[in-house]
Amino acid sequence: MKKDTIGDPMSRVDGRLKVTGGATYSGEYKVAGLTYGVLVPATITAGTITAIDTKAAERAPGVLKVITSFNALKLPGYQPTAEKPVKGLKLFNDDKVYFNGQPIALVVADTFERATYAATLVKATYQTAPFETDFHKNLDKSIVPQGGRYKDYVRGEADAYKNAPVKVEQQYLLPSEMHNPMELHVTTAFWDGDKVTIYTKSQGVKGSQRSFAAAFGIPLENVQINSRFVGGAFGSSLRTWPHEIATAQAAKMLGKPVKLTLTREQMFTLVGYRPLTIQKIGLGATPDGKLVGITHESYSQSAVYEEFTENSVNVSRFLYASPNANTRYKIVPLNVGVPAPMRGPGEATGSFALESALDELSYLLKMDPIQLRLNNYADMDPERNLPWSSKYLKECYQRGAEKIGWANRKSEPATNKDGDWLVGYGIGCGAFGAYRSASQAKLTLTPDGKINIKSATSDIGPGTATAMVLIAADVLNMPAEKITFELGNSAFPMAPTQGGSATVSSVGSAVHDVCLAFKNKMLLLAGKNQNSDEQLDYAAVLKAANLPLLEITQESKGDETAQKYSMYSFSSHFAQVYVHPLTGMIKVKKVVAVVDAGKIVNLKTASSQMIGGAVGGIGMAMTEEAVMDDRFGKLANGNFADYHVPVQADIPQIDAIFIDKPDPIINPIGTKGIGEISLIGVAAAIANAVYNATGKRIRELPITPDKLI
Amino acid sequence: MNQFQYSRPADASVAIKTLSKDQNAYFLAGGTNLIDMMKMGLVSPQKLVDINNLPLKTVSEIPGGLRIGALVSNTNLAEHPLIKQKYPLLSLAINAGASPQLRNMATLGGNMMQRTRCPYFFDLTMPCNKRVPGSGCSALGGYNRMHAIFGASDKCIAVNPSDMNVAMVALDATVHISGAKGSRTMKFADFHRLPGDHPELDNNLKKGELITAVDLPEPRFSKNVHYVKIRDRASYAFALVSAAVALEIENDTIKEARLAMGGVAHKPWRLTAVEMFLKGKPANEAVFKQAAQLVSNGAKAYEYNKFKLKMAPNAVLQGLKVASGLASA
Ligand SMILES: Cc1cc2nc3c(=O)[nH]c(=O)nc-3n(C[C@H](O)[C@H](O)[C@H](O)COP(=O)(O)OP(=O)(O)OC[C@H]3O[C@@H](n4cnc5c(N)ncnc54)[C@H](O)[C@@H]3O)c2cc1C
Repeated sequence: MKKDTIGDPMSRVDGRLKVTGGATYSGEYKVAGLTYGVLVPATITAGTITAIDTKAAERAPGVLKVITSFNALKLPGYQPTAEKPVKGLKLFNDDKVYFNGQPIALVVADTFERATYAATLVKATYQTAPFETDFHKNLDKSIVPQGGRYKDYVRGEADAYKNAPVKVEQQYLLPSEMHNPMELHVTTAFWDGDKVTIYTKSQGVKGSQRSFAAAFGIPLENVQINSRFVGGAFGSSLRTWPHEIATAQAAKMLGKPVKLTLTREQMFTLVGYRPLTIQKIGLGATPDGKLVGITHESYSQSAVYEEFTENSVNVSRFLYASPNANTRYKIVPLNVGVPAPMRGPGEATGSFALESALDELSYLLKMDPIQLRLNNYADMDPERNLPWSSKYLKECYQRGAEKIGWANRKSEPATNKDGDWLVGYGIGCGAFGAYRSASQAKLTLTPDGKINIKSATSDIGPGTATAMVLIAADVLNMPAEKITFELGNSAFPMAPTQGGSATVSSVGSAVHDVCLAFKNKMLLLAGKNQNSDEQLDYAAVLKAANLPLLEITQESKGDETAQKYSMYSFSSHFAQVYVHPLTGMIKVKKVVAVVDAGKIVNLKTASSQMIGGAVGGIGMAMTEEAVMDDRFGKLANGNFADYHVPVQADIPQIDAIFIDKPDPIINPIGTKGIGEISLIGVAAAIANAVYNATGKRIRELPITPDKLI
Repeated sequence: MNQFQYSRPADASVAIKTLSKDQNAYFLAGGTNLIDMMKMGLVSPQKLVDINNLPLKTVSEIPGGLRIGALVSNTNLAEHPLIKQKYPLLSLAINAGASPQLRNMATLGGNMMQRTRCPYFFDLTMPCNKRVPGSGCSALGGYNRMHAIFGASDKCIAVNPSDMNVAMVALDATVHISGAKGSRTMKFADFHRLPGDHPELDNNLKKGELITAVDLPEPRFSKNVHYVKIRDRASYAFALVSAAVALEIENDTIKEARLAMGGVAHKPWRLTAVEMFLKGKPANEAVFKQAAQLVSNGAKAYEYNKFKLKMAPNAVLQGLKVASGLASA
């Protein structure tokens, strides 16, 4: 009998390397003759650079070059005449300043310390211009984002909630949450003629390759991207940032390898963030708790030089069966750095508002929040009018309720006490699209019987290589120890960027398919029937066929069947919180995360994903908030002392539960993805639990003690 | 690069001499505050006088109390058996601050001298009277959620960030200071200053003076004490407000009370009026509630810290309840 390897808890194949320091991250490559770049931030928030005095910096010991818009090498891709002009901010290309902290110069020196010091000597003079950073003040100047996906959506009648017998009409605010993975963003670049090699933190080496090639106007194959280990990215490395291009630009100008490491403070302005968002929700229901209408509008912060839209309202179109639903996207362009997707992305933002409003409705109806969700359970996707490829959200409700002890929840708020503490329970649900894109994998069998598989995917933390080895071991019926998987190299076969929880679905399918193709190839060589279950000694087959090694590359993608289904992962998060009525201190006592994400490939790393997502959700709910001082147009808390991420003491026991039933449609493995869904619903579960505990509805995150006294 | 001279004298008088001679010289203790400020460009010392070789690392019993050397680490102080047994309030307050790693490095003297965490003080591009006298106070009309409600001036509304200092004031500690012209002592409560017209001065230590020790008086409050720290996360955050409460209770009557608050003023804020109110009253919830109502008398809040007007009394009430055994921590 063939043993089913998929699903087994397996430790990371690169775990030992990571904990022993053997894993080399982008900032750790020792390149001969390396030089160090440090960025100089603009100290104004909008305007024009009239001059930059670099003399003192250039005279400082060890300084090799100070790059500004006045002397920078012009990049072909930055010019309007370019075939595909690079979008977004173009560093050192012109004299415009769009936001405070925008880099205006890059100092390169022989050591990081000398470059850091010299950067303080660069003095710019500006012609300042009026600027806007105040989101609330500019709300009435919001605009409709460009692009078809942000058009108004109406199903049935718009604003139908208004005429319903029971209704909730509320506004929810999520402050900006700044990207701050543990590993700082680092890029190292060096040129050999017109070929460039880059080590950088990337969620997609193929995407990075395209960006560098476009900026420098060179062929794709002249760009080699390496991003073998990534110390967390969460969406902050989905794109190539201007300072990454600037690193290669400096390396080219100097003819030397350059490494640029952002400081922790620069992380708060240069690598994106979940934008400040106000969401207006209208929910209407019949007295017996059937939704009549859902209205969901989102206003999110964007930048004056590039649009970004937090994808927050879609969830209201399909998560519940309401005959009427309408949604709207608006953005507020400000003099700030451009936002970026942050884990869970818009769906996590949106679910906070929708699931809070639904909780409010449950109290108006005097109905258990789970019952309310069951009453409006969508058996089909009401947005696209399609069946789900698979959906076990009811099971999620039920298993989560059991695990958290939902039976102990009191329906009357502020009536459940444990000593002095008020106790509350909350639920928050969500969905995230299950995606699959075309991907390739290349398998190599060597005479020692070992298998190596390569694909240009990334591992920003989930344990991609481990999952791929598990999938291969399963298909090949081989011990995992004999299989290695390599990623993070743009020379490898094509794979999509790691984002949107689609890596196991896409790359995993390619690995699955290349292993199948390999198996058949071996059967053929051995003169056996195709698709036979017979276990071959691959090394022996190779030897008998007199081959030095065997290589096979396979592309894999979904087919049209997928078009006939709506495909999502679903989550139901539960929280139990304690609130102290005098001090307002909140303790999240327990989080239960139940997820229908199809087949789970590796229980161990999947659980880690869920725990990490829940921690992110706790940060969103309770601690994270970037504060803009609109007088200066600058963050007042852009550092780790004042901007709070949760610490270990904030994190309770987190139980991850998987429904673990394969999705029959999405891909041969039956897996739907968990990276994003792990965060979607957590903040609402906590906010709803806080209401249950205290009777205080917090509609503006984070829920800090001052809001509860 | 900013070059500086580094020395590590073994003799206090040498250290003091270097500092009094040189305008731009600093003592270096645990370095957890000073080195950060150097990295951020807030200070650029020409001379760093590392005082870690000075014999100021002991906690010893003295007639009528305890003497703590200025270089005793925050961890060693909080965990010292005599402190835990006789002055548990101090242990509680120190352990409520920073993180274990920081407390391992931080010293008694350094903790007393740590600068405010006002974001405008730390940002070189923004006006701040504490950093650049006369440049203006950005916090006054800015993001002042962490700022003072007592004793502020229109020049500065920053707070002293220390937890330890709050307990020290409640415990009536005394500071020993050595300078070029000899030694002196000062009540701990008089050590830190209100901002007034000179927010650049955090305290009354003069240029070149070295804190050598802090004395604690005869232990009086070793049982009914509590330190309440309300903060934005469970650990590793400065206080929104904090309250150090020490009661001497005999036959359910409050013989003596010591109350001080953190996160509310430019110095650790002693609540003398509330102490007087409590003295001689029964230790019960009704009395504590009345006492709490006095806490915010004379307080003044700003745009983002109005919540402190309620949070401060709540913290004191919670502290009184826990200290007296009416509630658990
Ligand atoms: C992220 C972070 C979080 C923190 N959280 C908290 C918190 O929650 N609560 C809290 O209370 N603290 C907190 N702290 C502050 C911490 O307690 C102080 O940094 C520490 O106590 C300073 O002591 P040190 O010995 O390292 O001082 P140093 O950095 O060495 O010195 C600080 C100053 O004191 C002077 N100095 C030192 N010793 C003497 C002496 N004997 N005589 C005269 N002058 C002297 C130095 O010249 C310098 O100017 C935090 C710090 C950080 C970085």
